[in-house]
Amino acid sequence: MSNAIIEIRDLHFSYTGAEGASPSVLNGVNLSIEEGSFVAVLGHNGSGKSTLAKHLNAILLPSGGAVYVAGMDTADESLLLDIRRTVGMVFQNPDNQIVANVVEEDVAFAPENLGVPPAEIRRRVDEALKAVGMYEFREHAPHLLSGGQKQRVAIAGVIAMAPRCIVLDEPTAMLDPVGRREVLETIQKLNRLSGVTVVLITHHMDEAALADRLVVMSKGQVVADGAPREVFQRVEELKALGLTVPETTELLWQLRQDGLDVPLDALSDEECAQALYQLFR
Amino acid sequence: MALKDITLGQYFPGHTILHRMDPRTKILLTTLYIVALFLCKQVVSYALVIAVLAGAVAISHVGLKSIVRGMRPVLIIVILTAVLNLFYTPGQELWRWGFLRITVEGIWAAVFMVLRITLLITCTFLLTYTTSPILLTDGLEKLLSPLKHLRFPVHELAMMMSIALRFIPTLIEETDKIMSAQRARGADFDSGNLIQKAQALVPLLVPLFISAFRRADELAVAMECRCYHGGEGRTRMRQLHFQRADCAALVLGVALVAAVSVLRHFGL
Repeated sequence: MSNAIIEIRDLHFSYTGAEGASPSVLNGVNLSIEEGSFVAVLGHNGSGKSTLAKHLNAILLPSGGAVYVAGMDTADESLLLDIRRTVGMVFQNPDNQIVANVVEEDVAFAPENLGVPPAEIRRRVDEALKAVGMYEFREHAPHLLSGGQKQRVAIAGVIAMAPRCIVLDEPTAMLDPVGRREVLETIQKLNRLSGVTVVLITHHMDEAALADRLVVMSKGQVVADGAPREVFQRVEELKALGLTVPETTELLWQLRQDGLDVPLDALSDEECAQALYQLFR
Repeated sequence: MALKDITLGQYFPGHTILHRMDPRTKILLTTLYIVALFLCKQVVSYALVIAVLAGAVAISHVGLKSIVRGMRPVLIIVILTAVLNLFYTPGQELWRWGFLRITVEGIWAAVFMVLRITLLITCTFLLTYTTSPILLTDGLEKLLSPLKHLRFPVHELAMMMSIALRFIPTLIEETDKIMSAQRARGADFDSGNLIQKAQALVPLLVPLFISAFRRADELAVAMECRCYHGGEGRTRMRQLHFQRADCAALVLGVALVAAVSVLRHFGL
């Protein structure tokens, strides 16, 4: 467990409203996320996945249990800035996370807050904008960009902070298919090329399939954890939780239900086609 | 009504010497100019300030048309002041009809008043036309920073200004969307008298406010996630530097105030 960047131990959480404690949202989550990995957290609305995400950089603090970010306890207020610069967060609505009215000024916001010297900020901003492919738009006004472009600017704004881990809370939920693809490609590139740990919160099966590791949540607990290929084979279980599986898996599963001998672990379109080809040979 | 056409904090990008000048210089120059304007008494001093502003407008490459267009909303105030000054200044009578009378002094007062208002507005327009909103808030923050010692929240004020500027287009777009949604449900924003029109705005404003609060909430969390913790220990990517041209411009600004003071002393 030495290279775990995030360590969650028996995490419990319930929102405390005016009328006392409401039903708990997280019921004993144990999770450890390896540095450099790409983890998808899947679950439908109300499964607690967004609440879990907000614990990863101390926006919410545990009601019970503990969360450690690079060894730092998130409940320790004196470490707050260090925790937040280690784990960056991207949210659903790009409009509500862009602060400045020029792209490069917005990307500079986090390093400015951290007191980075101006020349170094300039370097980081240029680098971050190039990493998300938005360098040519650095002097544009954010409100004139498309949804996918705005979300990439938001990602650049987090990268400029030089975090070791990025948590994305349904970053594609408000985007059109083109924007979704742009954002997902950017995330994958970041993970592969820069070695940034990525935690992608999503309810899209095909997005979850891109990850190295898939964590499925339901009713505030982790119900499945493993490589997407393995997790998606548990079709009945996922369906019982109200989740679907990727269309490729669904097709192969249906065929299996009808007694055909096809593998269930063909996740990509090519693999699925190959499996079907084998069947008809 | 196309809400998107509304331009706020109008800025015309350009590369003239006025555009490149430090925003602090421009804010100070505008202030100096306004001081000079209010010291003006007679024809000679007005001629001087008009010449200076005309020179600045020429340098800025901002078209006269846009300046005239900017004057339109204040036209009524200008006319009203002119009329009041024209009829109510005591002095040597030229013309009289009932209680209305025009005096020589009244004509001069009206002309000077119109000039004063026009020049005042033109010079502030020149500032916003040649300075991007970000630089403007940056400049203000820097200029006001001595007030920090008096516990005046300078950084917070500048931050609020820049966030407001950032969200104006977003909220305008949202208003457009809500208006379309309400129209689709049969809302009528364009007919009826003033009261009816105001009432029609209620179903527009309520959702707009709710959404603005939600946005504010999300923005606050996003800012915290990016390590925002107030102005303390914050650096800026863009540094402001006074150039030689800025010093020269400021000297000219002070010289203008001095010249107008001297002219005022001699009653010119």
